[in-house]
Amino acid sequence: MKKNSNHSIEEVVLPDGTIRRVKKNVSYNKWGYIFLIPFFVIFIIFQLIPLGQTIYYSFFEYYFKLGLTQVGPNFVGFENFVKLLTGEMFWKYLGNTLVIWIMGAIPQFIFALLFAVWFTDARLKLKFQGFFKAIVYMPNLIMATAFGYLFFMLLGMTGPISVLLQQLGIISETFSFRESAVWVRIVIAFINVLMWTGNTCILLMSGIMGIDESIFESARIDGSGSFRTFRSMTMPLLMPIFVYVFITSMIGGIQLFDAAQIYTQTMGGPQASSYTIIMYLSSLINGSRNYGVSGALSVILFIITGILSILVFKTLIPSKNIAKQEKRIHTKRDIWLRLNNSCYAEGALYESRTSSSK
Amino acid sequence: MKKSMKAVLSFAAIALLAGVVGCGGTSGEECPVCKECPGTTTDNVSDSGVKLSGKATNGGKVLNIWAWNYEFQSRFRSFYTKYVRTNADGSDTLSDGTTVKWTIHANDNNGYQIPLDEALKQQDNAAADDKIDMFLTEADYILKYTASPYSLDVEKDIGLSQADLGEQYDYTKQIAESDGVLKGVSWQATPGLYAYRRDLAKKVFGFDDPNKVQAELSNWDKFNASAAKAKAAGYKMLSGYDDAFRVFSNNMDKPWVDANGKVSIDPQMKKWVDQTKTYVDSGYSGKTTLWSGDWGTDQGPKGNVLGFFYSTWGINFTLAGNSCADSSKPQVPGNGLYGEYAVCEGPNAWYWGGTWMNACKGTDNQQQIYEIMRDLTCTRTIDESITRITQDYTNHKTAMHGIATDATYGSTFLGGQNHIALFEKSADKINMKNMTAYDQGCNEKFQNAMHDYFAGTSTYVEALANFKQTLSALYTDLTYDF
Amino acid sequence: MNQELVVVSRKNGHKSSKVTLNVYRIICYAVLLIMVFLCLFPFYIMLVNCTRANSDIQKSFSLWFGTNLSNNLRNLFKNKNYPIASATLNSAWLALVCATLTVYFSALTAYATHIYNFKGKKFVSTFIIAIMMIPTQVSALGLILMLYDIQAKTGIRLMDTFIPLVLPSICAPITYFYLKQYMDSVLPTEVIEAARVDGSSEFGIFHKMVLPMIKPALAVQFIFAFVNSWNNYFLPSMILSSKSNYTLPILIASLKASDPSTFDFGQIYCLMTIAVLPLIVVYFIFSKSIIKGLTSGAVKG
Repeated sequence: MKKNSNHSIEEVVLPDGTIRRVKKNVSYNKWGYIFLIPFFVIFIIFQLIPLGQTIYYSFFEYYFKLGLTQVGPNFVGFENFVKLLTGEMFWKYLGNTLVIWIMGAIPQFIFALLFAVWFTDARLKLKFQGFFKAIVYMPNLIMATAFGYLFFMLLGMTGPISVLLQQLGIISETFSFRESAVWVRIVIAFINVLMWTGNTCILLMSGIMGIDESIFESARIDGSGSFRTFRSMTMPLLMPIFVYVFITSMIGGIQLFDAAQIYTQTMGGPQASSYTIIMYLSSLINGSRNYGVSGALSVILFIITGILSILVFKTLIPSKNIAKQEKRIHTKRDIWLRLNNSCYAEGALYESRTSSSK
Repeated sequence: MKKSMKAVLSFAAIALLAGVVGCGGTSGEECPVCKECPGTTTDNVSDSGVKLSGKATNGGKVLNIWAWNYEFQSRFRSFYTKYVRTNADGSDTLSDGTTVKWTIHANDNNGYQIPLDEALKQQDNAAADDKIDMFLTEADYILKYTASPYSLDVEKDIGLSQADLGEQYDYTKQIAESDGVLKGVSWQATPGLYAYRRDLAKKVFGFDDPNKVQAELSNWDKFNASAAKAKAAGYKMLSGYDDAFRVFSNNMDKPWVDANGKVSIDPQMKKWVDQTKTYVDSGYSGKTTLWSGDWGTDQGPKGNVLGFFYSTWGINFTLAGNSCADSSKPQVPGNGLYGEYAVCEGPNAWYWGGTWMNACKGTDNQQQIYEIMRDLTCTRTIDESITRITQDYTNHKTAMHGIATDATYGSTFLGGQNHIALFEKSADKINMKNMTAYDQGCNEKFQNAMHDYFAGTSTYVEALANFKQTLSALYTDLTYDF
Repeated sequence: MNQELVVVSRKNGHKSSKVTLNVYRIICYAVLLIMVFLCLFPFYIMLVNCTRANSDIQKSFSLWFGTNLSNNLRNLFKNKNYPIASATLNSAWLALVCATLTVYFSALTAYATHIYNFKGKKFVSTFIIAIMMIPTQVSALGLILMLYDIQAKTGIRLMDTFIPLVLPSICAPITYFYLKQYMDSVLPTEVIEAARVDGSSEFGIFHKMVLPMIKPALAVQFIFAFVNSWNNYFLPSMILSSKSNYTLPILIASLKASDPSTFDFGQIYCLMTIAVLPLIVVYFIFSKSIIKGLTSGAVKG
């Protein structure tokens, strides 16, 4: 005889309608802990301990004169943080980084979403999709430093682009895209767009592909146009993946280093307008191995990234309940309700149609 | 009782033995290991290198050399008498059976000094065969290492004598000295000259003979006057922003950073800034930056620049290639400007770069290091053949004098001119007394910051502020008087 | 009456929508073609530069191929200082191992926080996402110091081995994040419950049921992890020091930093192209299976 009392058994309705009795979830939860073990063991050894050291030293004055002669560690409390946050450099470089990221993220997301929708739109039936998808992703395979060198070569004062523009009469004398603060930022943002649009597009596509085809079918039968389908059906269902893509893009944007470093030859462009915050971190580590200030900078960056991510989460996924609701589209009625939430003018009432059709 | 007594005795015996072996048997210096032998563990971890153990010893079968490029490796393989062959894994075998292991880290983004510094700090904990035995340094940052306890006294610890070192140029020794102790030696000297185009010189001055041209360029005032002449004839005197920098920076009155860690802008630097700004605004100079494609093009037939400041290695390796019209064809007179350049001293003596060898504290290959250093930096025959074969200017006064006075020696690239003779004149005048360990960062960041000023995208004050910002990120312990 | 109206409006809508559809299609193709051009251009330039000599590359720009390819390749392979074959092998197996570990363990962890309702679940999942925000440079530095510490205290040498590069790939918050989000929108708990009822063990469910269900996501993340590891320079350059252990990015960097007498852009571009080619091959292999997986409707609810 089973020892379990009734309240530990629940009844589950399977998709085909039958009812089975199974043990409640509770006893399976220990598996959750077990499955987490590898991840956390590695995390503790290889990330937590080094990170702990970093945070620890951020409260100390600890650097090496010229990289060899140790100074410190002397406890200085929050001095490193204060120095960073009250100095001009940190805000200037952070501003640079965010501006460049936004300049790149906007076209990147627009195009990635656009392409993802086009590729998955059954009505559009674009040909050569395999070819397009493959090519758009390819720049992601090249290292960012290679891009930096390439564009550096292309965009100098007497570089090919400049000469070409002059010959076409668009500009009157040769122009160096490397010596204009605005253009340096545009170029670096452009490199990011080239490199990451394909990647983003594929991720979004995989999200769209995960949505049940029949939902789009019903929407189409209902007479909904592409844009409305996208806005009311695709986007909300895509939201979890979109949030992922957005946040990882933001984190990548904040950590922008390679392309900027190479394109501006470590200088950061005219008046350091493209000197990113990680270039600053790298500089602190390179010369003086300043564990104190670089530790403080890392902590501050970490907090900023955290705050921004929480903001994104809260904005795009208003509340957990609604998110769960978005997911459950089981009946055609749900679809219709969704579609017609924002539009009253078109179409007859769903009920009347279904009742009058076969 | 008996068992434990045996254990204690054998332990003490082992400890004593270890102490004796660890001391290396060298006389004079007290061996720190011996003091702590009985039963305690020695704390070898160094904080600032003070407790590092031992002078150079012998007996290692592996010689570890660290560098940032392959230049020294090729000199070593071609000219070191004991080199036998290179093995499949990239290491070399010497005639006494030693294996030479090379660790090369590219210099990009401080990519060489960072692992080097870490390895140096761990030198004590490393296994004998993993310890660094010799590492190379460049002029711009050698002071950092010679001032540290990690590089050894080449005379006392390695065994080079005054007689051995007598033929080396003084400035190469001054650079590597710390508190009067010589800590590094170089096989090359890198004096600089002004390389000009004969065809343009004829158009600007009316003649192209090096002595006559030198008379027109022998100091900065004359140089500036010649720049105006060049402009009048339709040519530029210099290619870009950075060309004249080192001629000024090597002749500063004060060091970049004083003894208290304060950074100041030397009048020579201000002079460089003013002169370059004037040159750029007046059209005497183009707007290229060092090593850029445009700068390279200016050296070839498509350029219209009178000349370039170059040092020994630059003339035959960079300028020669850049002067050609078609680099896939052989580099012979007739290919573009190959053969059309000549050299003269220019307005001031200066130098550019150079590589030094440093013996590392804790090395167990003292004798071998001695032989390598002696052979490559102190031996006339070897140095002379290095110059004759690679055209590298070597650090041996007599050898260089021999070539300088050799009437049959001439560089095909320079139309037969004996440039070694000219370099020899310049090498003796080089002044090193104001070098600091911070030069690398200061030189680089200052030039970069001033580019904005020359290009017109910022004022001098703004550029200076930028310099301060980027330098303080690199060297956090400095203060500024501007 | 209502019926007729509906039918009529549908027909009309159909015709006009066909025209707009074609116009729409043309716009799509145009935009895509521009994008393709922009994406292929860098590859093309790289290939062109492969075939030119160093001083040519530095001085001028060419849209057409040069004649120096054999020269560049010969110089590159002749040079014993650049062991290209071993570097390629190192890069390849390292990327393979890292990508596999990353994908497998991230899936395991994502599954754990998705299906099971243990105490602190929300905290764990938020925590892992928080880890993502640590700049990689920072943890790298701390890692090196830790390795030196271990060597000093226990004598185990981990520098210049592949262990510190392989093991950390088990902990990959970004991949975890993606798979978690994917499972959130795609993996219903009912199916898992059914499998439990049928008597499968938890591990069995994970391996036989869940992994196949999220195949497209796994394939996508595998490619990304592979590319990431292949192109990774920062950490390997600090850990690997003997030439036989070098990976391709380290080789490229050391080529780029040669002194002026041996600096050769032609060789550099050659090596960069060699470094990219395997990635393209791997990508094409996997992209087919992604498309197959996506379009076969493997994820019907």
